[in-house]
Amino acid sequence: MKGLIGRKIGMTSVFTDDGSSVPCTLIEAGPCYVTALKTKDNDGYASVQLGFAERSEKRLAEAQVKNFKKKKLPLLRFLKEIRDFEDSDQLKLGDVLKVDLFNEGDSVKVTGISKGKGFQGVVKRHGFGGGSVTHGQSDRLRAPGSIGASSYPSRVFKGQRMAGRTGGKKKSVRNLKVIKVIPDSNLMLVKGAVPGANSGIVEIYKLK
Amino acid sequence: MNKINLVSSAQMKKDIPKFFPGDTVKIHVKVVEGDKERIQQYQGIVMGIKGAGLSKTFRVRKISNGVGVERIFPMNSPTIAKIEKIKDGKVRRAKLYYLRSLKGKSATKIRERISEDIVIPEKPVETEIESPSEPQEETKE
Repeated sequence: MKGLIGRKIGMTSVFTDDGSSVPCTLIEAGPCYVTALKTKDNDGYASVQLGFAERSEKRLAEAQVKNFKKKKLPLLRFLKEIRDFEDSDQLKLGDVLKVDLFNEGDSVKVTGISKGKGFQGVVKRHGFGGGSVTHGQSDRLRAPGSIGASSYPSRVFKGQRMAGRTGGKKKSVRNLKVIKVIPDSNLMLVKGAVPGANSGIVEIYKLK
Repeated sequence: MNKINLVSSAQMKKDIPKFFPGDTVKIHVKVVEGDKERIQQYQGIVMGIKGAGLSKTFRVRKISNGVGVERIFPMNSPTIAKIEKIKDGKVRRAKLYYLRSLKGKSATKIRERISEDIVIPEKPVETEIESPSEPQEETKE
């Protein structure tokens, strides 16, 4: 699987020739540096570690700075390992991967941290229907309803969906189409929405 | 935001004439029928302009065969071949939704902006003998 680390810029739209407006997310993808190569013999699994977004020396831990300097790499803020990277045998330490990894029409998976929503009820969190507005009900509009049977099993099953912290979790969206790639400014447009807030870090994977 | 502009500004049209709510405009819309493309014209009063940038739209109302028709056009849509301004209108609000409740001649007539003193007699776009029960149907697209 091929992939890059990127930054979500925001959403816009693209007009097609027949006049329909396609909602798109603009992602600044790469340039990513190969910061480490792991092999099955050495590490037990094969992967490529990528780094994204340069950062000043005083903003990084000393150990990180030393690591980057030893490898003669720029100081990078975000590191991410991608397992079983395609054609990883042709990559070497310090190689730069750019957005031209992707082509127009490719299907991609985009992973990011979704926006935190705080403590939310079951209607927003799990899509429950809530109660009835009419039929003489009161104060049941967004209630979860029954959470289980009575004397048997005399407990609530694990995994019962309830209210709680929502969002702020790693989420992926698969099969987003690449609408456009702008290699000069390291930008790519994908159709549809992508998890996370604007300027959040996302991972983009090329799907077969 | 600037990076978004990089993508959206490339799609923006630069040759759109400036027009406001109340103006009468003629829009040349590209229509694809089978494998042939032709231009269809749509003339009416601009009821309002909404949005900004690439997603700006405007709403045009006309009375077609006694039936009120409203169409919303995206300003930067590639299906719009040309926008012509026919007349300036003098109105006192930004959204002319009150036109929907008007009947007969007043529904198509808006005072011109150029001069307030000289009242230019207007020819209605379509000469219609309105029946008192004029349907106020709107086709929203």
